[in-house]
Amino acid sequence: MSIPYYVSPEQLIKDKADYARKGIARGRSVVVMQYDGGILFVAENPSRALHKISEIYDRIAFAAVGKYNEFENMRVAGIRFADLRGFSYDRSDVTGRSLANAYAQTLGTIFTETPKPYEVEIVVAEVGATPEDDQLYRLTFDGSVGDEHGYVAMGGSAEAITTALSERWNARMSFDDAVRLATELLGRDGGTEPRTLTPGQIEVAVLDRARPRRTFKRISGDRLAEILGVPDDEADSAGAP
Amino acid sequence: MSERVAGRLPQAFLATGSSGFVDFLTAYDPSLLPGAGVPSHGSLEAPHGTTIVAATFPHGMVMAGDRRATMGNMIASRDIEKVYPADEHSCVGIAGTAGIAVELVRLFQVELEHYEKIEGAQLSIEGKANRLSSMIRGNLGMAFQGLAVVPMFGGYDPDGDRGRIFSYDVTGGRYEEHAFHAVGSGSVFARGSLKKMYRADLAPADAVSVVLEALYDAADDDSATGGPDLARRIYPVVAIVDADGYRRLPDSELEPLVQNLVNQRSSRPNGPFAPLPEGDAS
Repeated sequence: MSIPYYVSPEQLIKDKADYARKGIARGRSVVVMQYDGGILFVAENPSRALHKISEIYDRIAFAAVGKYNEFENMRVAGIRFADLRGFSYDRSDVTGRSLANAYAQTLGTIFTETPKPYEVEIVVAEVGATPEDDQLYRLTFDGSVGDEHGYVAMGGSAEAITTALSERWNARMSFDDAVRLATELLGRDGGTEPRTLTPGQIEVAVLDRARPRRTFKRISGDRLAEILGVPDDEADSAGAP
Repeated sequence: MSERVAGRLPQAFLATGSSGFVDFLTAYDPSLLPGAGVPSHGSLEAPHGTTIVAATFPHGMVMAGDRRATMGNMIASRDIEKVYPADEHSCVGIAGTAGIAVELVRLFQVELEHYEKIEGAQLSIEGKANRLSSMIRGNLGMAFQGLAVVPMFGGYDPDGDRGRIFSYDVTGGRYEEHAFHAVGSGSVFARGSLKKMYRADLAPADAVSVVLEALYDAADDDSATGGPDLARRIYPVVAIVDADGYRRLPDSELEPLVQNLVNQRSSRPNGPFAPLPEGDAS
């Protein structure tokens, strides 16, 4: 009869956390920040079909880094959660806080109960009637929730980007300035030569405070090229809108 | 693994495969579906919504509904709304049992938005029409008890740059209508009116006049259809759907149109004359 290995709970949790962190650090980063008209999302993402940023509900959006199949699973679950709540109560009863809680419980359970944790990090953002009412929640692979203010960066070079944002970000930034800042910082990913990201390499979306009902809107193609002052290298061949 | 840890999203939320909200609801909590929990026999009286008319014009369509709901010989509501946006480029009008129809529309709106969010693209207009069809079929049991819902669906089809109209029967049968259509108790009279006034090349504003005339004619002969209520300033709900999306005409725009129509009818109560074909008049 063999004696099973004893692994201390501390070691087990630490191993899982290290594993998840490594997975997340391999991916490109995402920046979420407030600007003078709402909340901006910018992700480095060369794919135009597989999104890292998504609409969840009227005033709520989602951004994620990590393993695509795992955060896609969470994204769909979030849309179901929000639509179910909005249908059974009222549209105004769907809040970012309740969604963040549901995500936190789900990620926490997956982290403790399954051998392989989700390698994802998620931001749930809700745009309010005024900038003071905006909410940004950052969720990590183990179910921890952070209530963030102003900006969040996730992914491989989150720390470097967060440091730069703490110096250069302010709440009254215009939309164009905010997009340029986020794109520049994402281009410093990796630490070596700064890269100039083209519109085809990034995914940009906003929760626009001024829009009625569904506030989520994607920004791409010519409009994005105009803001960045960089031609969209794929626009001609892909026929972007 | 435990199915329900407090607060955690149940397995149904994380299941992959379906992009439909109705499918999800059926699997997760069917008690929330419209009409769930209705006893399987017996009948009851509930408010009924009445007449909806729609007409296409080049590059778009218009749908309008009167504002009356009736229960037997009583007027249950004089300002019910029966034309709703289904999504940005389509609308749905409802005739039949008002309570279930309104709930069905709400579910249909969520269904379209849910698909759009999950798939990142809108359903085709046929896809939307088919979804509505299967939702009506789901209500068949209640239709047997007299709680039928008969909607009309319309929208803008970017593929052909035109407006399209779909009608349904209680079993969910879906029929594409060309040019114009009407449903509900006053539909017979409205259709007669539309037949004489409709032209394929109507300007949007003229299409609005045509549907308003048709509703007036329906209200003229059907007691369950409400005419424009000038005293209370209650006018039909009129929605236009074209390339710019869904737009409901505000009361400020409708008021002069309705006032004008009523003035015209006070000198000619049966409405405008349709010209006789040439050569037959001798």
